[in-house]
Amino acid sequence: MSLLELAGVTAGYGAFTALWDVALRVERGEAVAVVGPNGAGKTTLLRVISGVLPMRTGTLTFDGAALAGHPAHDIVAHGIAHVPEGRRLFPMLSVADNLKMGAYLPTARARYRESLERVYALFPVLAERPAQRAGSLSGGEQQMLAIGRALMSRPRLILLDEPSMGLAPVMVLRLFDLIRRIRAEGYTILVVEQNVRQVLKLVDRAYLLEVGRIKMEGRAAELAEQDFVRKAYVGL
Amino acid sequence: MRAPRPLGVILVIVLALVPALPMAGMKQYVLHVMIQILIWAFIGGAWSLMGRFGLVSLGHGAFLGLGAYTAVLLWNFFGINPWLAGGVAMILTALLAAVVAYPCSRFQVVGHYFGLVTLAVGEVIRLLIVAERDWTGGSLGVSIKPVGGDSLLAMQFADKRVFYYAALVLWLAGLWVWARVDRSMARSAMEAIGEDETAAASVGIHVTRFKIGITVLSAVLTAIGGVAYAQYISYVNPDTLSGIGVSLRIVFAVVLGGMYSLLGPTVGTALTIALSEYLRIAFGLRLIGMAETIYGLLLVIFIIFLPSGIYGSLAALVRRQRRAPAAAAVAG
Amino acid sequence: MIDPIFLVEAALNGILLGGILALLALGLNLIFGVIDIVWIAYVDLVMLCMYLVYYLVQVYGWPVGLGALASIALGALLGIGVHLTIITPILGSAPINQLLATGGLLFFLQSFATFLWTTDHKSVRLSLPSFEIAGIFVPFTRLIPFAISIVAVVGLYLFLTRTFVGTAIRAVSQDREAMALMGANPQRIYIVTSAVGGLMAGLAGALLIFQYSVHPFFGGQFGPLTFMICVLGGLGNMVGAFVASFIMSEIISLAGVIWSTEMGYVIAFVVFIVMIFARPGGILARRG
Repeated sequence: MSLLELAGVTAGYGAFTALWDVALRVERGEAVAVVGPNGAGKTTLLRVISGVLPMRTGTLTFDGAALAGHPAHDIVAHGIAHVPEGRRLFPMLSVADNLKMGAYLPTARARYRESLERVYALFPVLAERPAQRAGSLSGGEQQMLAIGRALMSRPRLILLDEPSMGLAPVMVLRLFDLIRRIRAEGYTILVVEQNVRQVLKLVDRAYLLEVGRIKMEGRAAELAEQDFVRKAYVGL
Repeated sequence: MRAPRPLGVILVIVLALVPALPMAGMKQYVLHVMIQILIWAFIGGAWSLMGRFGLVSLGHGAFLGLGAYTAVLLWNFFGINPWLAGGVAMILTALLAAVVAYPCSRFQVVGHYFGLVTLAVGEVIRLLIVAERDWTGGSLGVSIKPVGGDSLLAMQFADKRVFYYAALVLWLAGLWVWARVDRSMARSAMEAIGEDETAAASVGIHVTRFKIGITVLSAVLTAIGGVAYAQYISYVNPDTLSGIGVSLRIVFAVVLGGMYSLLGPTVGTALTIALSEYLRIAFGLRLIGMAETIYGLLLVIFIIFLPSGIYGSLAALVRRQRRAPAAAAVAG
Repeated sequence: MIDPIFLVEAALNGILLGGILALLALGLNLIFGVIDIVWIAYVDLVMLCMYLVYYLVQVYGWPVGLGALASIALGALLGIGVHLTIITPILGSAPINQLLATGGLLFFLQSFATFLWTTDHKSVRLSLPSFEIAGIFVPFTRLIPFAISIVAVVGLYLFLTRTFVGTAIRAVSQDREAMALMGANPQRIYIVTSAVGGLMAGLAGALLIFQYSVHPFFGGQFGPLTFMICVLGGLGNMVGAFVASFIMSEIISLAGVIWSTEMGYVIAFVVFIVMIFARPGGILARRG
């Protein structure tokens, strides 16, 4: 049984439909990417999974539990952590407070110290300045804090929404290395990215989402050979 | 939902004939209530010019009070007739409206924040009126100096019917203004502003100018309503014509009736005044405060359960009825 | 010319009053910052708590401290009650409906109070001494409430910055959706916020009844003032509200002694309007 399974998912905003009949799965321990052009619906997909946006039709199964229609805080409690597009840190709270909020769940709060040490070990730059206002961190540091915050909830599945957005190329490479490390620690990852080349080097499998539909699916190595990837690298 | 033309004409004719109908000695009272409904509906319509575009003012009592007191005091102390004094009132109110609207528009003060700012302005006026009691009579209010007999110049008449027809004309004039604004470029501009201010500004819509313009128009009309009401009642009082109480009542009436339709404010005003009169009579002098309590309770319940007002809810119901047979036709 | 001694005394009284106004402004701001709704009827809740203290202490002879505790408890309960019955159904509604809902509550509370207790002014008589510094009389009836209100403000600050729930409340006010992604049920946080806001109203009521008399339209006296302070400080801005409370109370106090009490209020409000014109976001607003 897959860890995460979506079937027949349709969702949108008001009269506009952003996702049509989307199906995907993520196995335990896997790293899966969803790639596609701007406006394809990638962010919408993650928001549907984490419960922020309700789906109109479809099913969502996480570790056997049917979670369609559940509110966001309930889905988090089941073990899905969402690092949103644009990070969505609490700008006026300190680094330490942001991480503290990540451990809001009772289960997470009980192991707060342990989680905090792990996060500081993964991201030493955060350990250096726990009292700094999150809004004043650099882009790369903010991304690390956002991921660290998600880790504090001790999730089983981490959703990453465009982690490389707004980061300098050097930072992007470092970031993906960090994601590799997290993956190595046993977390299952679903990442949505526009930076196709980099993300395909990171994941096992990938889906191509275009205009709200899954157009292609396969192992990362296979997709990397495809035309659209070459086009993306040259043409973008 | 706009009342179709012939129906509108019939309505006006019926209203014009009211004073001629036999009413078993109740006529004075009925006329009294109808005059109030017409004037307050006019004021409500003025408020809705702002309200329908998202500028929720909770301080229209400021314009009412400023307008009414200016006219009354200029008459009582300087003998300036209400027509002229009304003109002065309009200018003063326009200035106040511009002073409030300018910073709010430029800095995008909207929603709850705008409501609070206007609430504050309303209270300033009320407190000014109470503080200057040597001039204004403070919380006891002041009566209009009678000219003794009927006078068009002084806007004083013994016969209620004159006031009734004047109020009717005023009300119709208000509807006309509303309809004009509705059909004008200003309406499209304001709606664009309501949807997305930045986008509207980027296509050249003078956001600030429109907002100030509509606020000034709304304020000036409200002031006229205040002058009219004061002349009819022959008495002004800071609690009936300024402050949170009257401001909230105006807003309630319009929202309950329907903010986006021509007759919404009228319907809402008629219902709230009728309700309030009914409760007042039903309770009489027993259980002081109970009538108001029930009024307040009903208002809260209405707002929670009928958020789009009566017009809005009826319109939604009609839409659903129209869709149902169509859907059945498709399925069958 | 006015004897400078009176000015100094007025300035001092201004500070003492400012402390309690700060409680009101902070409570209202807290709720707005988190839930995004202005409780127009906030000070009317204070009025109810004042009546409670009046009846418990003046009529039934309860000790003052116990009466104050009861007031705080009632305040918290009222806060939760209002949130559950009135706010929750309108959370997604248009701002105008939200304003009218709490506005309607104001009507309801004021008339219900009239019905229950008539329009008579009621006050609690406490005979406490005043002490004298350099010719200025400082009554304990003003000094003690001020001290308590400052303690309360500090307590609120510590709650918001040092406790988990307090930090969560601040987080929600900065990004509601992100907090839901942390596993926080927004409704629970709203309830805690409303309870804290109500608690502050209850405390303010207990502190006010010993200086001012209560009547059904008390909200008309302090309500608009509270709103003004919140707007002046920047709606949702806690530090701004704190500072603005003292600015307003000083203006009222000083102008009240130079001209009259009402003119004091008028001048404070006019200053407010001018400030709005100059700095609509509030005096401590960050530009951009």
